[in-house]
Amino acid sequence: MQTFDLEAQGLRELNSTLHAQVDETNQTSWEITNPKGSHAIAVGLDAPIEVNIKGSTGYYCGGMNKQATINVSGSAGPGTAENMMSGKIVIDGDASQYAGATGHGGLLVIKGNASSRCGISMKGINIVVHGNIGHMSAFMAQSGNLVVCGDAGDALGDSCYEARLFVRGSVKSLGADCEEKEMRPEHIKILKELLAEADSDAKPEEFKRYGSARNLYNFDVDNATAY
Amino acid sequence: MCGIVGLFLKDKKLEPKLGMMLSEMLVTMTDRGPDSAGIAIYGNDENNTGKITVQSDNPSEDFKGLEKEINALTGIKVSIRTKSTHAVLEMETASIPAVRKALKQIRPSLRIMSAGDTIEIYKEVGLPKDVAARFDVSSMSGTHGIGHTRMATESAVTTMGAHPFSTGNDQCLVHNGSLSNHNSLRRKLRREGVHIETENDTEVGAAYLTYKMQQGSSLGEALESSLEDLDGFFTFLVGTKDGFGVVRDPIACKPAVMAETDQYVAFGSEYRALVNLPGIEEARVWEPEPATVYFWTH
Repeated sequence: MQTFDLEAQGLRELNSTLHAQVDETNQTSWEITNPKGSHAIAVGLDAPIEVNIKGSTGYYCGGMNKQATINVSGSAGPGTAENMMSGKIVIDGDASQYAGATGHGGLLVIKGNASSRCGISMKGINIVVHGNIGHMSAFMAQSGNLVVCGDAGDALGDSCYEARLFVRGSVKSLGADCEEKEMRPEHIKILKELLAEADSDAKPEEFKRYGSARNLYNFDVDNATAY
Repeated sequence: MCGIVGLFLKDKKLEPKLGMMLSEMLVTMTDRGPDSAGIAIYGNDENNTGKITVQSDNPSEDFKGLEKEINALTGIKVSIRTKSTHAVLEMETASIPAVRKALKQIRPSLRIMSAGDTIEIYKEVGLPKDVAARFDVSSMSGTHGIGHTRMATESAVTTMGAHPFSTGNDQCLVHNGSLSNHNSLRRKLRREGVHIETENDTEVGAAYLTYKMQQGSSLGEALESSLEDLDGFFTFLVGTKDGFGVVRDPIACKPAVMAETDQYVAFGSEYRALVNLPGIEEARVWEPEPATVYFWTH
C-alpha cells in the first residue's frame, strides 16, 4: 500500500501521481492522510486502483472518476463524484450538495445523508444514499438509478427524464412532471443488486418508485401563453 | 463567492484564544474572498462600559485628541484605543447616543463601524491575513465572533463594502451570496428614513433587519421575514450580544457547514475552515437546512 500525506506533499503532486497509474500498475492501493476538507482530491482517475481517504474532503472529490474505487472515511463537500464515468465511490459520512451530478456511470454510495440537488442531471450513474436527501434532487435526471433509504426533500425529480428514483421513506414533495410509478419485478431486481453492492440491508419491497410522467417531453401549444 | 466563519464559545477556558482561532479560520477562507476581510468580535463585558468602533482614512489626524474634544463638547468621559485605521471609544453605555451625535459634529468623515456593550468591528480592503495582522485579531479574547472574506460582485471593493455590517447596537451581519432586489428595497427603506450609505447589497440586507427590529420585530422574526422580502442568494450569519444566528435562502446554493462540541459552536462556508478547531474529529458536523433560522445564545 502507498501512503500519501496530502498536507505535506500537496494536491497537484497527489493527482498527478494518481493519474500516472495505468491499467497494469502494481501500486493498486493508496491511502491519503490529512485531507482536511481540501478541494479536488483524486479527480480524473482512470485506473483500477483503490484510494482510501482518511478524513473529510472538500469540493469535487472523485470528480470524473473512471475505474477507480475511492473511499472517504469522513464527510464530503459539494460536487462529490461529479460527472463520474465508472468505478465506485463510497462516502462513510454525509455528502454536501449536488453529489453525483451529471454522472454517466459507476456507483456512488453515501452512508450518511446527502444534501440538496443529489443526482442533478444524472446520466446513467447509480447512487445509493443510506440516509436522507435534500431538496431538488434528481432535477432533470436523465438515466440511472437514485436509491434513497431515508426520506427525500422538496421537489424530487423535477423535470426528470428516464432516471429511476427509489425512496424508502417519505417524499416531502414531487417536482414538476414527477410521479409515483408501479414497482415491477425488474425494479425489485435492480434494487436488490444495488442495495447489496452498497452494503445496505434495506428490503427492496419497502421502496416506492418515482419517475417522469412524460408530460414535458413535447411542447404543448396550450402552454404557449405561459411564456 | 465570499467566505464566512463564526465561532461561539461555550467553554470559558477558550475565550482568551477566540481571536486566534477565528483569524486562523478566516485566513483559511482566503481563496473564497481575497478582496477584503472583516471581523466582529464580542469581548467580555467586565466593566459595564459601552463601545463605539470608528474607522478613518486618515487615522493619525482624526484620532488625535478625539477623546478630549468629545469630553469638551459633551462632558462625557471617553477613553480611546487605536488599532491601525480603527479606534475603539469606550464610555458608559448610556452615553453612546450622545457620543455618536458629537462625532457627527466634530469628525463628520469618521465612519462608525459598530456600537454597543461588547461588539467591535474591524474591516479593511486586502488579503484576510493582512487584515487580521493589521488589527492584531489573534490577540483578542471574547465570547464569540464572526468573520468574512469578500469576493465582490454587487459593489466596489472598499472598506465600507466589506463585511460585517452593523445592524444596530451589538448586532451585525455577514453575507455570502448576492441579493437581486437590493435596489428597489434600498429605495423603499430610504423613503422610510433608513440611512444606507453604499450601493452594496448586503448593507441593504442589514438595513432591512435594523428597520424590521425598529418596527418591533425580534431578530428571529426579522430573519424569518427576510426569507419573504429578500430576493436572491444568501447565507447570513448574524451576531448579537448573546450569540449568533444562521439563515440560508430556500434554494441554499451558498455553502454552510456547522460543527458543535461541548466547547463551541462553529460555522464555516466550508469544512476546511473548521479542521484545526480542538476536538473537531468528534464534533457533530452538519449543514444548516434551507429557509430555517438557527440561533445559539449564552
